[in-house]
Amino acid sequence: MYTVRRLFIILSCTFFITCTACAGDTTVVARNNPADIVITLPKGFVSVKTVTDLGRARHLAVAANGDVFVKLDKLKNGKGIYRLHDANGDGKADAVDGFGNFTGTGIAIKNGYLYASTNSEVFRYKMDEKTGKVNEASLQKIVTGLWNRHEHEAKAITLDDAGNLYVVIGAPSNCCQVQDRVKGSPSMDPCPILDSAGGIWQFKADKLNQSYGEGVRYATGLRNVVGLSWNTTVNELYAMQHGRDQLFQFFPELFDQKAGADNPAEEMFGLKKGADCGWPYCYYDNDKKEKLLNPEYGGDRSKAGRCEEKTKSIVQFPGHLAPNALLFYTGSAFPARYKNGAFIAFHGSWNRAPEPQAGYFVVFVPFKDGMPSDKWEVFADGFAGANINRATYRPCGLAQSPDGSLYVSDDNNGTVWKISYTGK
Amino acid sequence: MKIIIIGSIVFFIVLSSFQVRQKPTLKASMERGEKVYTGTCLACHQADGLGVQRMNPPLVKTKWVQGDKKALAGIVLSGLKGGEIVIDGDDFHNPMPPQAGLLTDQQIADVLTYVRNSFGNKASAVTPADVKAARSAAAPVPAAKSPAKKSVNRKPVKKAPVNH
Repeated sequence: MYTVRRLFIILSCTFFITCTACAGDTTVVARNNPADIVITLPKGFVSVKTVTDLGRARHLAVAANGDVFVKLDKLKNGKGIYRLHDANGDGKADAVDGFGNFTGTGIAIKNGYLYASTNSEVFRYKMDEKTGKVNEASLQKIVTGLWNRHEHEAKAITLDDAGNLYVVIGAPSNCCQVQDRVKGSPSMDPCPILDSAGGIWQFKADKLNQSYGEGVRYATGLRNVVGLSWNTTVNELYAMQHGRDQLFQFFPELFDQKAGADNPAEEMFGLKKGADCGWPYCYYDNDKKEKLLNPEYGGDRSKAGRCEEKTKSIVQFPGHLAPNALLFYTGSAFPARYKNGAFIAFHGSWNRAPEPQAGYFVVFVPFKDGMPSDKWEVFADGFAGANINRATYRPCGLAQSPDGSLYVSDDNNGTVWKISYTGK
Repeated sequence: MKIIIIGSIVFFIVLSSFQVRQKPTLKASMERGEKVYTGTCLACHQADGLGVQRMNPPLVKTKWVQGDKKALAGIVLSGLKGGEIVIDGDDFHNPMPPQAGLLTDQQIADVLTYVRNSFGNKASAVTPADVKAARSAAAPVPAAKSPAKKSVNRKPVKKAPVNH
């Protein structure tokens, strides 16, 4: 009888997991009901869901007429880019149509062109920004042949006002070990990956079929960047680095479970041409508040060594939160303190386990003259839902609309929110 | 009739003694396997076994875990480069580090038995002999010396709440 009762208890406990994952080779994640989740915002702000169920909605771009373009990392009905058109101004998309048969992350609009990336290429279409109409037949390949080696493969893009296109080439590696992510495997010095990845490359925005030979390694020593933005107020490139993983798993003598979850920092860099941010040799220690040598390169949580000469970050965040979008707010619809400040969408962590996961929010950093002027603060939250370890929504993209509202995308369900200021 | 009754009684006794012998073995293997999971696998595959979207594959209700034991043991022994596992049209980008030199046949058998019978999975136990067979077929890497070196500073692990 005891066994039967115990069996019953075990069965009821596992019921939810089992029943959501019964069909063939299909793993359906047990999760909160997305419809029940309302994101939280500072007083005076409201949100509306522009669209839902687009799937892997990565980065966003908005045309002058207000149409939102969403880059998908998984085709939906055979299409990899979706255009959202709000005809009546209520924030909800009244027309949703797809085009483009390629998946990826990056998307941007500049000088009458819509740029979009795969994990190894950048394409562009001619478009009419006043109507949002894209000429699908005008597709051109601008960049090709970039490293796509599974890890950190997303190619985030941004453009400056001088005809240049910036493309992130993430390092397919955690910390440049001979055997990636194998405990005890030595790290390479110098790290050969940096010749082809682990940085941001600059290309011409209008030249076809460029690859490494035509590109310039604009900044290096960046493990992986998904949040990338050209700041037009100071004419400089800014990037959010995803810091290395597995400090607790590989170096428990230096990092206990909590220190491994909180370290290293996720960092924001202001990048001038030639910047070297230090990966894989360096990391930013959130407890010591310093850029230090990674343990693979002789670090002991106090030695800085060669890291003293590397480019320093200007904002640091807790470990593993995965900043996936960066946007400098140039609108006037939000209160004055938001002007020229940075919004950052955090995709949320995985390498904090067994500590609780974190992130899954949009953060704001006030800025003055291209530098942070105050501490960062959480702007939009509650995306994860009740279970932080199985987030319902994962913020991934940001864009500003011509009316000064902020769009946020999620790549778990494919939701896009429009966040506006009402003052009420 | 007598023979049938005696036969059934004998059969029942044999069966129940078999169960009595088997159950603690499985239970012990599951318990040891959970420890290996916590120390080696949890960081990537997570406390609920559901992995991480596009990065680390889920271990729940998939043929990769509940299917062929030798193939599964082979993955643990030799690791993966990333991108090989496709579930529901999604691949997973992080590499899986090979465990051939880090875990013993017994530890791999235990953790696979644990994973195949946790998180809603139900599949047969994996024995050290299964792992040994996979090891000779897969990579010529010698087994880790038993007992495996314990890493210091590990704190007890709290289970993640199950999302109901």
